[in-house]
Amino acid sequence: MTLAIDRNDPAIRAHADLYRREMAAKNRQTLIGVAIFAACVVVAGIGSEANPVKFFENVWRFPKYILDTMPTLRFATLGADLAEWFWGLKGWLKLLWQTVLIAYTGTIMGVVGGFLLCFVAAANLGKSGWLRFATKRYLEFCRTVPELVFALIFVIAFGLGPLPGVLAIAIHTMGAMGKLFSEVVENIDMKPVDGLTATGAGWWQVIRFAVVPQVLSNFASYSLLRFEINVRGASIMGFVGAGGIGQDLIEAIRKFYFTDVSAILLLIIVTVMLIDYGTERLRHSLISLEHGK
Amino acid sequence: MSLALSATDRAALIGRHKSAIDGSLQTRLTTVAVAAGLVGLFVYGLTTLEVSFWRVITGFGNLGTFVVLMLPPDPGTWARGMLFVKALFETIAIAFLGTILAAIIAFPLGFIAARNVIANKVVHFLARRSLDTVRGVDALIWALIWVNVVGLGPFAGMLAIMTSDIGAFGKLYSEAIEAADRKPVEGVTSMGGGKLHEIRFGMIPQVLPVIASQVLYYIESNTRSSTIIGIVGAGGIGLYLAETIRTLEWQQVSFLILLILAAVSAIDFISSKLRFAIIGKRAI
Repeated sequence: MTLAIDRNDPAIRAHADLYRREMAAKNRQTLIGVAIFAACVVVAGIGSEANPVKFFENVWRFPKYILDTMPTLRFATLGADLAEWFWGLKGWLKLLWQTVLIAYTGTIMGVVGGFLLCFVAAANLGKSGWLRFATKRYLEFCRTVPELVFALIFVIAFGLGPLPGVLAIAIHTMGAMGKLFSEVVENIDMKPVDGLTATGAGWWQVIRFAVVPQVLSNFASYSLLRFEINVRGASIMGFVGAGGIGQDLIEAIRKFYFTDVSAILLLIIVTVMLIDYGTERLRHSLISLEHGK
Repeated sequence: MSLALSATDRAALIGRHKSAIDGSLQTRLTTVAVAAGLVGLFVYGLTTLEVSFWRVITGFGNLGTFVVLMLPPDPGTWARGMLFVKALFETIAIAFLGTILAAIIAFPLGFIAARNVIANKVVHFLARRSLDTVRGVDALIWALIWVNVVGLGPFAGMLAIMTSDIGAFGKLYSEAIEAADRKPVEGVTSMGGGKLHEIRFGMIPQVLPVIASQVLYYIESNTRSSTIIGIVGAGGIGLYLAETIRTLEWQQVSFLILLILAAVSAIDFISSKLRFAIIGKRAI
């Protein structure tokens, strides 16, 4: 027996035709998609004044800038060179600590706000339709307006210093956490809620004893993740005068104190990495705690 | 028989199951200690960050005045309104092109940083750490650096978004590739395919939907970050935002914020539609 196919069999021919037509339609669709995409790229290129010639003429400045920021370290005088590179270490560490504190207090305030609002915004617990709608729009507003814009406005309202930075981060965190938390709440098992409602518990009691135990570990994990993001955010708050290490950084960049730029950036990167690592460990232990139960 | 519990019965019941109701001493102590630590650090933060009661009160008073002054949103003149809309377009262009370029450039880097494509430990470590470093520097800082390279304007902003996203995308890609199923790759190998065939026919079909959905998500979030990149002179609406806030033109500020809100929610809408079209209703 042979497996050869008779190409002239009408059934097979109809099949092949159908296949060809389907493929042609699919190709056409892909082509249209690619054309739209290409048009978008061209329009965006014009809009952002992207200029390859200018780019290739000047791109050598980029590695040069990075190299300029590198300190001269000689093996023989390593200690002295390092001390010269990090000459402002004491002040920078202080500002770095302030940055972390700004992120921490902002995160706590935002998480508390998001926690209180998420139950109102969740579709499965929300009390009335319009209240839920208003809360959702409010949270959307809080997370869409960038932190730095809030910081700019708060700097004028509250004066220079870390306070506007804390508040800006708190508001943005509240918007982001409120949304994430309410999504977690919408995915809970509703049986404990029904059970408590059946015993005659009020809204707050239902939330305290049926909802919170289910969502707490998830909330903690999201908050830790957010804290790490906020440390990055707090490191640039100083650009607009809202406290933290950003003010020294932008001064160093603007005044071309090259080695200071690399020293401060290195400090920020190391701090962010350490916090990243620490929060990841904490989150993993939280998750294993949950699964271990 | 009545189902109601008398007070003495209730007390006896609670007494019998006291340990079950109260929970273990260790858990309670840990909870209290963690809560006390969190609150303690918070209070310490408030005191060292110069948060005084009166400052907060007067600040909120000022804020209330500003909000009143912001209403109704108004760009001032018609010409200025058009200028704002043009800046908004520039912002979206920066976000879009920056994300797309980053997605393309990070593609090979993602494969280099994936443990199952290049099994060399040193290469893996170096690739991951460099991506982390690039990612750890905020887009605003990259913008400051690129402004030194290509001059003021949206081009610098686009390059800044691109640079910081290369780090993020490289990491995401390499994780998607590491999570990919080995079986299609083994199938390609068994048919005599080379390393490039493995990647093209075994890996890419698996990771492409994940990558496409991530790119869409990043376009969305980069629209938000490119609105502020103008604060350091790298193009987009941020320049006007910073300028109008500093000159206390509150009606123009609220107009700009409204523009941003409208643009971001429009992009949210389009990208979620596209995402569902690409990956189906499956959530990633």
